[in-house]
Amino acid sequence: MKVRVGPASFRVGSAWSQPLAQLRALYADYPPGDSVPDFTVRLEPTRPWRRWVRPSVAIAGDYMLPEAAPLPLAHALLAAEMAMNLQVALGWRRHLLLHAAAVEKDGRALVMTGESGAGKSTLAAMLMRRGWRLLGDEFALVDLHNGSLHPFPRPISLKNDSIAALAGEGRWGPELVGTPKGTIRHLVPDALALAGMNRQAMPAMLLFPRYGFAPATRAVPASEAFVRLTAASTNYANLGEPGFRALTRLVREVPTVAVDYPDGASALAMVDEIWG
Amino acid sequence: MTDARLLAAALRNPASTTALDGEGWTALLTMARAEQLAGTLAWRLAGLPLPAEVQDWLADAQAGAVQARRTALWEAEMARRVLAPLGTPLIMLKGTAYAAAGLMAGQGRQIGDLDLLVSRDQLAAVERALLGGGWEWVKPDAYDDHYYRTWMHELPPLIHRERDRMIDVHHTILPPTARPSPDAAALVASAEPLGNGLSILSHADMVVHAAAHLLADGDLAGGLRNLWDVHCLLTEFGGEGVDERAVCHGLLPQVMRAGRQAHALFGTEVPESWRKWDSLDRLIQRRVLARDGWGRAVRPATRAAFYVRSHWLRMPPGLLARHLWIKWRRGRA
Repeated sequence: MKVRVGPASFRVGSAWSQPLAQLRALYADYPPGDSVPDFTVRLEPTRPWRRWVRPSVAIAGDYMLPEAAPLPLAHALLAAEMAMNLQVALGWRRHLLLHAAAVEKDGRALVMTGESGAGKSTLAAMLMRRGWRLLGDEFALVDLHNGSLHPFPRPISLKNDSIAALAGEGRWGPELVGTPKGTIRHLVPDALALAGMNRQAMPAMLLFPRYGFAPATRAVPASEAFVRLTAASTNYANLGEPGFRALTRLVREVPTVAVDYPDGASALAMVDEIWG
Repeated sequence: MTDARLLAAALRNPASTTALDGEGWTALLTMARAEQLAGTLAWRLAGLPLPAEVQDWLADAQAGAVQARRTALWEAEMARRVLAPLGTPLIMLKGTAYAAAGLMAGQGRQIGDLDLLVSRDQLAAVERALLGGGWEWVKPDAYDDHYYRTWMHELPPLIHRERDRMIDVHHTILPPTARPSPDAAALVASAEPLGNGLSILSHADMVVHAAAHLLADGDLAGGLRNLWDVHCLLTEFGGEGVDERAVCHGLLPQVMRAGRQAHALFGTEVPESWRKWDSLDRLIQRRVLARDGWGRAVRPATRAAFYVRSHWLRMPPGLLARHLWIKWRRGRA
């Protein structure tokens, strides 16, 4: 199966038919992939017999991590999503990649970065529900020449309590129970996000959200933002000088705020206030 | 069943790709990535009128190769700064050497670790200097350490703690336990300084090393890339003087075989006397091409046979049995 998400196109092959059927359903509203895709992803048995006996899905493709743990067949959709992210993380060179969620309003983009569990995906999904255009919940793609953000609206990976918090409208993937990160469900970005997946937006603000703390905001100096973003980029070092230029430009031109928040509702209120 | 013949043909004759459709291109590019030949393919196809998606893909591969080259040369310079006070020749091997010398084999080439050759009596001093200069052991395991020091032709791999780059310090080009015994002193004596404090092997020795690396030291994983190295070196330098040098290192059969394998896949000019195939040649070609259009390693039985052979070549049977026994027991622990 082939699919295109923003500027990147994928080909996914699988030793089993079930994950491909799930992927086709999840990506039904996406454009079909190019005839020559950027990346190949393979879901294959860890050992030949593990195709049938206690099926075990190895994450493989153009780019692989030797330490990537296999998943049971019931979680093959998650394996495919992880594999597609991995290809981009390790192989994409046309933009500076930041591990971040991004949303846009009035042509101005808000970029939210932080460790896993900081609430990027949940916040991005909530803002999408409130009319923001989702650019992506996993990677922000910074243009190496003009600093704009290219959308990369992959299905939003929601975990545990966030799934119920966002329940309702939209196209959802199957509920994946008992994964290494708990229960996971993928929410397909809305029509606004998918229709705009080739329309760039200029970043206007960088947020470092932290979930589970008393409400607090703090302006972050460009130097600190730079160091944190080098750690949040999977291809910064690999891009060489163009990556350095794109990142220094971003932290110089865009104000950065660290936001601690106790729950989703307060986070939204805080974003409204900071955004102005 | 498809195999990497498609990739070999594209490297040999870039114009052969004009007949490819989307599916053909996808297979070609995917196997090039899997064989670490993406940048090489981009270099070979540069300037041809190609589909836009293919151009984008190749531009990425080319940019990746430029960055790989820059990083590799910088790493060599970092090692030189630490090792220069020893006053001993520092001979770069393989990818870094090809890039530093501006050779055809270095065009678009993916470069991993830094491979250095030093004379054996300098090995301990080099090790001390590197450990003092920010490198540390990758494998802290006592058996692995003993294995490398006793039976291998290189120090256990070291990694730089800040730059995260590996260095392999060799004192010869094949394990001392392997049956051919290259003349390491002759390799060092004939090395050619590049004028920047680093050296490369003489041209003939470079061919011999590439052939040894392909055929006498490993299970032919990555064989297509190594064979492409052989092709480039022979094409650029010609075969002159290679025979005598190969005899001096006890590696003439390997050099002749590498030459005829390159001739078969890439059309490399090699002496007529090298070209006669024997019973192993067909299997070697099957192994070298064991990659499909999804990037998967295929032909498991052939690959397994060459895996067994690689150990057989590297160690006498008694030592091999002991090594596999220890590895197996540890794997179960």
